[in-house]
Amino acid sequence: MYDFAYQKPTSLADAVKALSGDEDAKALAGGQTFIPVLKQRLAKPSTVVDLSGLGLAGITVSGTTVTIGAMTRHCDVAASADVKAKLPVLAGLAAHIGDEAVRHRGTIGGSLANNDPTADYPAAVLALGATIKTDRRSISADDYFQGMFTTALEQGEIITSVKFPIPAKAGYEKFPNPASRYAMVGVFVAQTAGGVRVAVTGAGQGGVFRHADMEKALAASFTPGALDGVSTPADDMNNDIHGSAEYRAHLVGVVAKRAVAKAA
Amino acid sequence: MPQVTLTVNGKQHTVAVEGRTLLVELLREKLALTGTHVGCDTSQCGACVVHVNGEAMKSCTMLAVQADGAKVTTIEGLAAADGTLHPMQEMFREHHALQCGFCTPGMVMSAIDLVMANPQGLPEDEIRAGLEGNLCRCTGYHNIVKAIAAAHPLMHAKAAE
Repeated sequence: MYDFAYQKPTSLADAVKALSGDEDAKALAGGQTFIPVLKQRLAKPSTVVDLSGLGLAGITVSGTTVTIGAMTRHCDVAASADVKAKLPVLAGLAAHIGDEAVRHRGTIGGSLANNDPTADYPAAVLALGATIKTDRRSISADDYFQGMFTTALEQGEIITSVKFPIPAKAGYEKFPNPASRYAMVGVFVAQTAGGVRVAVTGAGQGGVFRHADMEKALAASFTPGALDGVSTPADDMNNDIHGSAEYRAHLVGVVAKRAVAKAA
Repeated sequence: MPQVTLTVNGKQHTVAVEGRTLLVELLREKLALTGTHVGCDTSQCGACVVHVNGEAMKSCTMLAVQADGAKVTTIEGLAAADGTLHPMQEMFREHHALQCGFCTPGMVMSAIDLVMANPQGLPEDEIRAGLEGNLCRCTGYHNIVKAIAAAHPLMHAKAAE
């Protein structure tokens, strides 16, 4: 790994300043993706700004929303009695990210800032129509994800929390790569106040995406059978040694039905 | 150079490190605690698992500076001062839960966290799922699972003392 200067600011304003003044400065959350990236010398930051001193971890629940601080670890979301009671699908999703040691460090904010095309959280955020709060604004999920490893975040902008509206019903199912356990295909379905939303991760070349045809079919009938005959074009699917584009397109249909079947 | 102060196996150390120094490098190269292994060096294999504030973490995927102020336990910190093995170590021996032994330190550290986090009991499928982040390339998993199942009641009996 290339060497870098290390900073651990204790205020959000200082962290924003450290990241804004230098375009080669990078933020460190849980580091479960970023540190492997550094080790492979795929990034050469001048300064690594550790966000763990900003007090951004924690979970708060209101009648209609669950808000998760950006530095909240996957294990804490998975174990939270509040999340299990109000948004159990999200606790279940968090419990299956990576492995236990990774879940002890990885954070929701880090996952969303990175926007790995095979990550789980982007599917939840997009399907539930969550709002991403940063040091300077609120960003709707539909505006936030802008393609593989690309988001609406500006240079130096730090996610502070994610606010999830509690859906009437939601389910998430993933088909993990047998070796890496990353999602080959993950589908999150939700009946929200704004209608049925379906988000697919792992499959698309452009990262997480909404599946309009499935949303339409499930709005008519929120049952696995409603997805019979709803196809997924293979054109924009990932095509690699782990699975062809056609295979992934087929899996999207299979996995979506399972997500609907287990929705609660 | 940043300074890191941390407690490793009950002993406090203050060490000067580079920003890029990994926790596992601090343990192995600065503190000569070479029981913690580097296997894949890509966060997959879990040979480097140690406890940071009581939780299993991959020390190859953590900067040393991130452990500032932490209590770290490595495989060297498990046995009693008189050499009596930790129940998990004893059960690994009893059930021959190792072949080449390279993955063993990480397996033992992950297994202890798994057992302590599940006082209510640990069925075999949950042991296997709990070891998802630890790879044994000898594929000696069966005996590892047996050892962990056997250590569960011993550890919880000891914790209740």
